[in-house]
Amino acid sequence: MQLTVLVFLPAVAAVIVMLLPRRLEGQAKWVALAGSLAALALSIERFFAFDINASGFQFVERQDWVDFAGFNLQYHLGVDGLSMPLVILTTFLTVASVLVSFSITYRPRAYYACLLILATSVLGVFTALDFLLFFLFWELELFPMFLLIAVWGSGRKEYSATKFVLYTIAGSAFMIVGILLLAFNQDTFDIVKLGEANIQDTLVPVSLVFFLLFVGFAVKLPIVPLHTWLPDAHSDAPTAVSVMLAGVLLKMGGYGIIRISVTILPDVADDYSIWFAGIGAVSVLYGAFITLRQTDVKRLIAYSSVSHMGLVLLGISALGEVGLAGAVYQMLAHGVITGLLFVMVGLMYERTHTREIARLGGLARQMPLITTGLVFAGFASLGLPALAGFIAEITVFLGAFQRYEWAVIMSIFGVVLSAGYVLWMLERVVFGPVKHEWDGVTDQKYWWEHSAVAGLAVLVILLGVYPALMMDMIQPAIDTIMLRVGS
Amino acid sequence: MNGIDIAGPQVSVLAAAALVLLIDALIPQQRRLLPFVAIAGLIVSALWTTSWVGRSEYQTAFDGTLALDKYSVFFYYLFAGITATVILASIDWVNREGRGQGEYYALILTTCAGLMFLSAARDLITIYLALELSSIPQYILAGWGKDNRSSEAGIKYLLLGAIASALLLYGMALIYGVTGTTMLPEIADAIQANGETNRSVLVVAMTLLIAGFGFKMAVVPFQMWVPDVYQGAPTPVAAFLSVGSKAAAFAVITRIFFESLGADFLSNDWANIFAALAAISMTVGNVMAVVQTDIKRMLGYSSIAQAGNFMVGLAAIAVVGQEFTLGASAILLFLAAYAFTNLGAFVAVIAISQKIGSDQIKDYAGLWRRSPFLTLALAFCLVSLTGIPPTAGFWAKMYIFNAGVRADLVWLVVVGVLNSVISGYYYLSVARQMFVGDSAESAPIKTSPSIGLSLGVATMGVLVFGIIPTPLIEAARNAAETLATR
Repeated sequence: MQLTVLVFLPAVAAVIVMLLPRRLEGQAKWVALAGSLAALALSIERFFAFDINASGFQFVERQDWVDFAGFNLQYHLGVDGLSMPLVILTTFLTVASVLVSFSITYRPRAYYACLLILATSVLGVFTALDFLLFFLFWELELFPMFLLIAVWGSGRKEYSATKFVLYTIAGSAFMIVGILLLAFNQDTFDIVKLGEANIQDTLVPVSLVFFLLFVGFAVKLPIVPLHTWLPDAHSDAPTAVSVMLAGVLLKMGGYGIIRISVTILPDVADDYSIWFAGIGAVSVLYGAFITLRQTDVKRLIAYSSVSHMGLVLLGISALGEVGLAGAVYQMLAHGVITGLLFVMVGLMYERTHTREIARLGGLARQMPLITTGLVFAGFASLGLPALAGFIAEITVFLGAFQRYEWAVIMSIFGVVLSAGYVLWMLERVVFGPVKHEWDGVTDQKYWWEHSAVAGLAVLVILLGVYPALMMDMIQPAIDTIMLRVGS
Repeated sequence: MNGIDIAGPQVSVLAAAALVLLIDALIPQQRRLLPFVAIAGLIVSALWTTSWVGRSEYQTAFDGTLALDKYSVFFYYLFAGITATVILASIDWVNREGRGQGEYYALILTTCAGLMFLSAARDLITIYLALELSSIPQYILAGWGKDNRSSEAGIKYLLLGAIASALLLYGMALIYGVTGTTMLPEIADAIQANGETNRSVLVVAMTLLIAGFGFKMAVVPFQMWVPDVYQGAPTPVAAFLSVGSKAAAFAVITRIFFESLGADFLSNDWANIFAALAAISMTVGNVMAVVQTDIKRMLGYSSIAQAGNFMVGLAAIAVVGQEFTLGASAILLFLAAYAFTNLGAFVAVIAISQKIGSDQIKDYAGLWRRSPFLTLALAFCLVSLTGIPPTAGFWAKMYIFNAGVRADLVWLVVVGVLNSVISGYYYLSVARQMFVGDSAESAPIKTSPSIGLSLGVATMGVLVFGIIPTPLIEAARNAAETLATR
């Protein structure tokens, strides 16, 4: 029951926000904050209630929903060590997103409602144990996301919003065919049962089923060359939406690959793992090179996401314990680090109204606090030891090296480049000669800004110095998957 | 007497039509009651159907030419609901138009009775008569508007409809020639006995039947009339055309397949024709819809594409054979979901165009600020047409693609889902105009209670069946199973 409450708490808050009368429009943010904080509290409670020694799914809820011609669609929720950390990440980033949205004044009720429904849909994806339910939640995110970018965004927002939706629909169109093929073969949508079945002869070759599902996840992750929606969507979305997009929506792709592609079709995943390694390494390198030549701060961070999510795929490619754990950890680390980066850049943009690197410069004088945050996040992003990104990258490399040395060597160049683009960006944006154009701008000053930044920064450090907090939980889940892959 | 009882739902609709005409002629000062009399007739019809369900005495009447089974009951409800929604949405327009109010409602009701007869007919002659009973009023209705465009729509619909009827009759004549009977079950027996020798004639006859009904379904290549008629005809009539006659045509062709022409040696031919038509309709409809600037033309092309989706179900049935009810129930589910969704979209368009006086998509810019309710309702229906949850359209699409996959038509399903992506583009671009664009006007748009009610019913249907689809699925499955068990 708690999982249902957790998943739908944000949606309930969204309904309350929508029902607020117009004169209470300004209070929408408080309702949204209360709803997201409640979800965070509940997820933390569940996190500590989670038994890390037990195998399999916990807090399982199961209810028949729609009788689907011979097999049932079930309302089936549950979490394991793979999804629980991602649930925490989602509720945490939702609170941060609501906080950094406090300055929104244009149609706040609709804005917060969309943001909260987005949270429900992502939580649903991470907890659903029925493949069709998973797909429902996966699709639920589309329309609120479209509105968030198209209405509250900036720049070419309509173009970016449409592109985002079309890419995702295209990916999920493939996915749904794959889901039907799997379900038809096994007469169930149950992810747990599918994960135990030995699927050999579907209507079409199994590798095609694998490909259909993989495309859906790969668009979300995203991999090169399916990534072009991402820089547009990120740079034109409002700050909080960029945080959600980079922080949790991309993780749906990585989660899908591990939970579905690798677990349900381990043999095919094994056959194609060299492609994972190749695509992952190319994404890391290509993403890093493109990042170097960005002139827009938000696009720069967006492309660095492509590079970092390539590491997730690289970690998966080894299909080993270390690599998979690294991939999951990389998703967590990237979620908080890039979330923080987007928050800092968003705060900066709110004050200067430009994201063009060439126009910025010397901001360390005018906004020391924002500069501190940005430098901290940048260092975390380039993988400074004792911060979250380092643990993730090193684990991924260790894991992948056991199988694809060449891919790791390629990717390490990407990491070297990441130091380049982060430091160069910092130099051009916050250091260098002071520009008097920005003399009047204020620094980070509101409590909601402080708390969002501080919260994320604490998490970056916590994940960096005490990895066991999450690793102890992730490891047993990975072991279960390894039983499948190994056999 | 028993026959009248079985035809009760249709008779009560026709009686309401007669009553409407009488009231219009004898007590013209009470004209504003006309739509409510019409709706009362539909309610009586639905109650009569319900009493049949309660007595569950499914049987045939008039020497077996009319069947009262769960299949026709499903469609009786569907058509009564569609007609009531269309009438509610017409009230404003008819009052403004002023002339011929009684005739308008009477024609709509007559069409409804014709559609009901179509879904229940088990005899080629009855099918033909029912088709004409539903078509002729629609030709008149399409030309009902005062402008040239509407007249053009009426004439075009009439001429092309006449050709389609002729093809259909020719096909029926060939079947009669081969089998010596017009009754569907007897045709099945005759074909089973000696049909194989006449296979080529039967294939020609089938093609002609598909051509005739394809005109009503609006599948490519029988779709030429659709955009012009949808654009020219009064919008409530276009809404009626887009769901009513399309649903009836699919009802008939499914019944014909199950009850008479579904013999094994013909299945392959059916399957090939249906699959080809499905793929072509989806693709042509969607690609053409992308470039439209008029929302009614866009909805016209989108309805062609949706007909292609229905065809996937038919192809699935034809591949697997008569015991395969999943395809049939998928079609029924899709028809019902589509009826809610498309009616919702059309009613929203009626309400919007009444106020802004334009059907151009670009004039929809900034509607969100003027009418959040209409905008959300229309956007929601468009989401459902794309097939994104949580809407009835999602389940319909899932179900029909599920049937396709089970019938080993993976390629067709892939074509279908790719087409969903294309359709997502043009449906979204309307939503984008409404939510994002700016308009010079900012006066809020008020909707009349009747339009608000019909729009509310349609969108609630889309939402409720989007969350709890089971009752609709059950109804569709029960209806489809009666066909197979016969």
